[in-house]
Amino acid sequence: MIRRKIEENFFRVLMVLATIIVGGSFFLIVGTIFYKGVPFMNLDMITKIPGGGFYIGKEGGVLNAIIGSLYVAGGATVLGLFISIPVAIFINMYLGGKNFIANSLRIAFDVLFGIPSIVYGAFGFLIMVYFGIKASLLGGILAVTLLVIPILVRTLDEVIRTVPHELRDASLSLGATRWEMSKVILRQIRPGILTAILLSFGRAIGDVASVLFTAGFSDNIPTSLHQPAATLPLAIFFQLGSPVEEVQGRAYASALILTIVVLIITILSSILSKRFSKNIK
Amino acid sequence: MPILKSNQTSKMKRFRLLKDKIYSKLMLLFTILSVSVVLVIGVGLYYKSVPVINNSSWGTLLTSSQWKPLKGLFGFFPFIMGTLWVTGIAIIIALPLCLLTSFYITEYAPNRIRKILVPFVNLLSGIPPVIFGVWGVLFIIPLIQNHIAPHFVEFSTGYSVLAGGIVLAVMIFPLIVSIVCEVLNTIPRELKEASLSLGATKWETIKKVSFRKAKPGIVAATVLAISRAFGETIAVLMVCGNNAVVPHSVFDPGYPLPALIANNYGEMLSIPMYDSALMFAALLLFIIILLFNIISRVILTRLERKLAA
Repeated sequence: MIRRKIEENFFRVLMVLATIIVGGSFFLIVGTIFYKGVPFMNLDMITKIPGGGFYIGKEGGVLNAIIGSLYVAGGATVLGLFISIPVAIFINMYLGGKNFIANSLRIAFDVLFGIPSIVYGAFGFLIMVYFGIKASLLGGILAVTLLVIPILVRTLDEVIRTVPHELRDASLSLGATRWEMSKVILRQIRPGILTAILLSFGRAIGDVASVLFTAGFSDNIPTSLHQPAATLPLAIFFQLGSPVEEVQGRAYASALILTIVVLIITILSSILSKRFSKNIK
Repeated sequence: MPILKSNQTSKMKRFRLLKDKIYSKLMLLFTILSVSVVLVIGVGLYYKSVPVINNSSWGTLLTSSQWKPLKGLFGFFPFIMGTLWVTGIAIIIALPLCLLTSFYITEYAPNRIRKILVPFVNLLSGIPPVIFGVWGVLFIIPLIQNHIAPHFVEFSTGYSVLAGGIVLAVMIFPLIVSIVCEVLNTIPRELKEASLSLGATKWETIKKVSFRKAKPGIVAATVLAISRAFGETIAVLMVCGNNAVVPHSVFDPGYPLPALIANNYGEMLSIPMYDSALMFAALLLFIIILLFNIISRVILTRLERKLAA
C-alpha cells in the first residue's frame, strides 16, 4: 500500500515537472528573444532598408525583409485561398464529406501538410529551373502557396463540417443547386475562413526553407513579381551568421519583430476560432 | 417578382444546373490538381536524381561515407546518420516529457490550470522554426558548451547533435501533446472509473487503462513527430555544426539531410551532378516522410472511426 502511494506521488511530481518544462519552454524561448532583441531594437529597424555597409554594422533596417515577407505570405495565402475554398467545398458538398473518397482526400491533405518545407522549396526550385524563372517574388509565392494549401484545406474542411446539416438540407429542399447551397454555407463560415487565413499567413511568414531557393534575397523592396525579395526569417538567418556584433544584434531584433508578428497572428486566430465554435454551439 | 413563363423558368433552371455542373467540374479539377502535387513532387525529384543514381547506385549512395562532390563521389551515410541522431535524441527527450504532460493535462490538472496550459502549447506551435534556431544559438549552445559538455568531454563548441536534438524536441512538443491529449480525451470515462472503483490509484489507472487504450494514438503521434523532426531544416542547421562525418557521441557535430540541401543550393548548379545529388537527398526525405505520414494518419483515422462507431 505504501509502495503504491509512493509510486503515485512520485509520478505525480514527475508529471508536474514535465508540464512545467513543456509549458515553460514557450516562455524560455520568447523570453530569450525579448531579452536579446530589445536592446538592439530601434525605429530604424522597421522603417529603413539596408543602407551602404549595412552588413558590416552601418546604418539601416530590415524594412525590405518585412515588406518582402508580407508580400510572399500575403500572396501565397490569397492564391492558396482561391484553390482551397473550392477544394474544401468539393470534399464536403459534392462528395458528401463522409465517404471513402472524402476521407482519403483528407488523409492526402494531411500527408501533404506533413511534407517538410525544404522539399517544397527544392521542388519549387526544380519547377522554376524548368520554366526558366529566376529566384523572385513570384517563385517564392508559388513555393509557399504549395506549402499553405494543405493548411487552408484542412482548416476550412474542419470549419465546414461544423455547419449544421439542417442548413444544407433546408437550402436543398428549397430547390437550390449544390453550388447555391455552397454559397449559403460559405456565408456561414466567414469567421472560419478568417481563422484559416491567419493560420496560413502565420505559417507562411515564418517559413525559411521554402523561400531559400525560390524568393532569393535583395536589399530593396521588390516592385515587380520578377524581382527577388528578401524575407524576414532569411534576413535573421543571414545576419546571425555574421561575425560583426551589430549585425548579430540586428538578427536578434529582427527575430523579435518576427516573434511579435507571429504571436499576434496566433493569438488572434485562436480567439477567433474560439468565438466561432461558441457560435456554433 | 413577376411570374415567369414556363419556357423562361425551364431556361433558368437549365442555366442554374449548367452553372452547378461547371463549378463542380472546376472544383474537381482543383482538388485533383492539389492532391496530385504529392505525385508530381515524387516524380519530379526522382527524375532529377536519376543521373546520380545511375552514376553510383542506391546501395553506394546510402552506405558510402565519401562526400566529395568535386570528384563526383556522393555518399549520404554521414548525413543519414546525422538525421537519425538528431531525430533520435529529439524523440528520446520529447516523448516521455510529452506523455507525462498529456497525462497531467487530461487526468490531473484542475480546469483552471488546463485552460491556461493548452493555449501556451498552441502558441508554441505557432513559433517559426528560425526563432527556435535563434533560441538554440543564444540559449542551448552556451548551455551545452559551458555547463553540460565539460562534465563529459574535454572540449565542445556546443554546436552538436545534442543541441539539434534539444531544439527539435521543443519544436515537436506541441505536436505530440495535442494529439495524445486528444486521444486520451476520447477514452471512455467508464473504463477509468471502473479501474478507480476497484481501488487502483490514479497512476495505476493511467498505466494500466489509459496508456494501453491510447497506445495506437501514441504510436501515431510519435511517428508523426519523427517525420516532422526528419524534415526540419533551418533550426537544426543553425545549431548542429554541419560537419559531414558520422557522429559518435551526442557532443559531436552532425549534418542532417535537410541542412545539406539548404546549405549547398548556391553551389548546386556550378558542380556537375551536385544538383542531382541534392535532389536525391530531397527525394530520400520525401519518401521516408511520406511513408511515416501515411502510416500515422491511417492509424489516427482508424481510431477516430472506431470511436465514432
